[in-house]
Amino acid sequence: MSATTPPPAGQPTNRVGLTRADYDGSRTTLCPGCGHNAITGGIIQAAWEAGLEPHRVAKLSGIGCSSKTPTYFLGHSHGFNAVHGRMPSIATGVHAANRELTLLGVSGDGDTASIGIGQFMHLVRRNVPVVYIVENNGVYGLTKGQFSATADVGSTRKGGEASRLNPIDLCALAIELGCGFVARSFSGDQKQLRPLLKAAFGHRGTAVIDVISPCVTFADHEGSTKSYAAVKEHDAPLHDIEYVPYFEDIAVDYEPGTTRDVTMPDGSRIVLKKLEVDYDPTDADRAWTVIRQARAEGRLITGLLYVNQKTQAFDVERDMVDAPLASLPLETVRPPRAVLDEVMRAYLDGAVAAAAGGG
Amino acid sequence: MVNDFSIHVATVNGSGSQTANNVLLRAILQMGVPVSGKNLFPSNIAGLPTWFTIRVSEAGYLARRARNDVLVVMNPETAAGDVAAMGPGSAIVINDTLEVPDVPADRFVYRVPMGKLMEPVTTDVKLRRLVVNMIYVGVVAQLLGIELQEIDRALQAQLGRKPRALALNQAAVRAGAQWADANLQKADPYRVERRDLTAGRILIDGNSAAGLGTMFGGVTVVSWYPITPSSSLVESLIGFLERFRRDPKDGRRTYAVVQAEDEIAAIGMVLGASWAGARAMTATSGPGFSLMAEFFGYGYYAEIPAVVWDVQRVGPSTGLPTRTAQGDLAFAWSISHGDTQFPVLLPGSVHECFEFGYRAFDLAERLQCPLFVLSDLDLGMNNWMSEPFVYPEQAWDRGKVLGDAELAGLAKFERYADPDGDAIPYRTLPGTKDWKGTYFTRGSGHDEAARYTENPAAYVKVMERLKQKMANARELMPAPEVREAQGAEVGIIAYGSSHWAVIEALDQLAAAGVKASYLRVRALPLAAAVHDFTRRHARVYVVEQNRDGQLGDRLRAEVSECAARVRPVLHYMGLPLDAQTVTDGVLAHERATEGAPR
Ligand SMILES: Cc1ncc(C[n+]2csc(CCOP(=O)(O)OP(=O)(O)O)c2C)c(N)n1
Ligand code: SF4
Ligand SMILES: [Mg+2]
Repeated sequence: MSATTPPPAGQPTNRVGLTRADYDGSRTTLCPGCGHNAITGGIIQAAWEAGLEPHRVAKLSGIGCSSKTPTYFLGHSHGFNAVHGRMPSIATGVHAANRELTLLGVSGDGDTASIGIGQFMHLVRRNVPVVYIVENNGVYGLTKGQFSATADVGSTRKGGEASRLNPIDLCALAIELGCGFVARSFSGDQKQLRPLLKAAFGHRGTAVIDVISPCVTFADHEGSTKSYAAVKEHDAPLHDIEYVPYFEDIAVDYEPGTTRDVTMPDGSRIVLKKLEVDYDPTDADRAWTVIRQARAEGRLITGLLYVNQKTQAFDVERDMVDAPLASLPLETVRPPRAVLDEVMRAYLDGAVAAAAGGG
Repeated sequence: MVNDFSIHVATVNGSGSQTANNVLLRAILQMGVPVSGKNLFPSNIAGLPTWFTIRVSEAGYLARRARNDVLVVMNPETAAGDVAAMGPGSAIVINDTLEVPDVPADRFVYRVPMGKLMEPVTTDVKLRRLVVNMIYVGVVAQLLGIELQEIDRALQAQLGRKPRALALNQAAVRAGAQWADANLQKADPYRVERRDLTAGRILIDGNSAAGLGTMFGGVTVVSWYPITPSSSLVESLIGFLERFRRDPKDGRRTYAVVQAEDEIAAIGMVLGASWAGARAMTATSGPGFSLMAEFFGYGYYAEIPAVVWDVQRVGPSTGLPTRTAQGDLAFAWSISHGDTQFPVLLPGSVHECFEFGYRAFDLAERLQCPLFVLSDLDLGMNNWMSEPFVYPEQAWDRGKVLGDAELAGLAKFERYADPDGDAIPYRTLPGTKDWKGTYFTRGSGHDEAARYTENPAAYVKVMERLKQKMANARELMPAPEVREAQGAEVGIIAYGSSHWAVIEALDQLAAAGVKASYLRVRALPLAAAVHDFTRRHARVYVVEQNRDGQLGDRLRAEVSECAARVRPVLHYMGLPLDAQTVTDGVLAHERATEGAPR
């Protein structure tokens, strides 16, 4: 199959002429009912709606049940299932080589908050353009249910053992590290997840989406704070979210004064409909306060926590040429003979301070 | 002793002796006499003792010499030991404020009032402390007959852009030389005499050479985490890239260098970039190399190119971080878990550091796997005389990559199939439009079409091909360099920086009546020529700078019928290898075998 194959008659196509099925991957091998599967569905739908061209997307992941999912979506995109906790470094390298690719990273809470916390933090700090999705279930699913570093205090394992250590809040951490797009969502809330994903695709820089994603096999019991029941009970969305891409001319009819708009670099808009309180997602201090309060009250705050379109993405900060570095021809990357002659002359004359030579 | 001796300078780390030593080194070179400079420094920024040795050798020997002939003593802390280590007939230049025990009368001691000589040069006390080193330059030049105009030229080349510093340094050199001329009675036999043996030669360290070669290899992505002795490789590379790899139109960079958070991230970035089609590299040393091990296995199994320089230092663990060794060879060969094997380049000269700098990419991309270049601290951080480097004549080899144009003509693409029968598959890059070219890269079990599998036969098929790929690499990698002595029973095998001691040892052995052939290994896997050499010689000495004889072990495993004839000559104390150690090692065995049935 190639990109030019006409879509089957009757199937709706998106702006790049592809059907939703063109964004499918292979069949999932995860447990039926696993939250991760729902996120996979959300990614497929959002990518289709956003009209991502599959060949321009690179799917990246670490190791874990969550990290397996890139095979289950966007089957026509290149993928890289890395080693445990190290997807961020792969992403940084891929981006450095080809800044035209849209990077879609999927990780787990163990993969990101435990073994990979260092790489995650440095990815965010460098502001490498990646849509970084954490499928957060509070446990290591793939190794059968041990606590991860996002497990809430008091949350129990199946055998009853409670987590005693303070959890790492990846969203608070990302904001602290200067991330320009930080959201939290729930695998069961596709209405919220999809527009968040689409907005993240349009962000120039690291976009972190921490998606609470229940593990039905090891963390869906009573006592687990990330069971379906617990999450549904405590989910407290900050706002209703609508994403209006630049290429779609839809009017969103909300009453004046009831929404906040965030305009993306490409002209797309995130429309946030106020709920109980008027949440300003451009205020980092506010975001921290809300996250802290919610944790104290046992509520799960979801929505667009923080957005800042003025951060400088990694490729811009590095002052890289426009063309993907991987595509540069030999003439561009091998300086001419005269350059070697010049350098050799300097060494011949002793104009280069030799590297060694004593303190 | 004309043009055949060593000058040993003992100073304090961070005292600014670097310029002084380089000036001496260059002035001798400019007089047409071959030199090499070796820096013995502590793991410390300032305050601990450091030594710099200049070997002057008309014969062109560049290896360390075990014995020093001329000593300059500037460090009170080590003075006594430094002086005691000098043998009869040696010359000792000493700052007269230093206390040393009585020196036997058969050593020639020159006490120099360095502090006093500095007084007229500058009133600035701090400057005096830094420039005082130039006093010994002047004294040594006067004593050894190093021409002052060459000292001046060398100073000029290094400080030409700082006229005030230049004048100050020149004044100090003069003060030293004039004082020595007026007050010292030359009694030692050491002298430098002008020759014409160094025309067109450069002095350069292996790390700068490697950085330069890397740039000419067309590197686009570099990620690294600083560690001695590899840091200067990347730092010199950055210097070259900043100067020569900016877009001529807008000055933007045609490369990206990332200082990673650790070596795991560094190799991850390299693999990510290579996977996406960039020429990517990193440089590290033992501890960092260890951290990269998991990712190397990934690169091996998923077949992703990567160029990794390991500038070896003494291990295990932190070991002696500023001392040289060749201890990582066995580790490099199969560094990751499961069955893994990696191609390894073993540069033996700064020239080869440059050449392998660009060739490493061709080979890694051709072989689609991480490839290691094992240099060492001696090669990487010391000054070596060399012919100027030669511009790479050939275009690059990007290996088997299918783009949209090639894919259009294909019915199907299978990432891990072997359509050419050379065990090397084709790869595609993300960004390729044609959906046929899409595949999923994973470190878990995969079949030829890159699909996940735990099927035993499919797993074995890929693993067997990988093994075959490395077997084929034997003849793709640079061939060993052989100096055959017709009819010799003794064969010597060495690699890397050991080369220089070995070629000198060959002359010593010849003088002792031992005829020996020499093979320098330049890569793993070992070429058939290495096996043949081993079979051709009755006694094969494998010279290595490690404790366990790591190359010898490989050789014994691969040429098992000759295992008994492979004998280690080992040197692993952290100092660069010297010829005498090699000669003594070989002779000890040779004498023991003499008369024994062969
Ligand atoms: C270096 C390394 N250590 C340990 C493992 C074993 N391991 C596999 S997945 C995993 C945890 C995954 O947890 P998480 O990222 O939360 O993913 P989930 O399965 O919960 O989606 C661990 C510890 C490994 N693959 N690699
Ligand atoms: S073990 Fe848990 S996380 Fe893994 S697939 Fe099953 S439900 Fe999902
Ligand atoms: Mg998990």
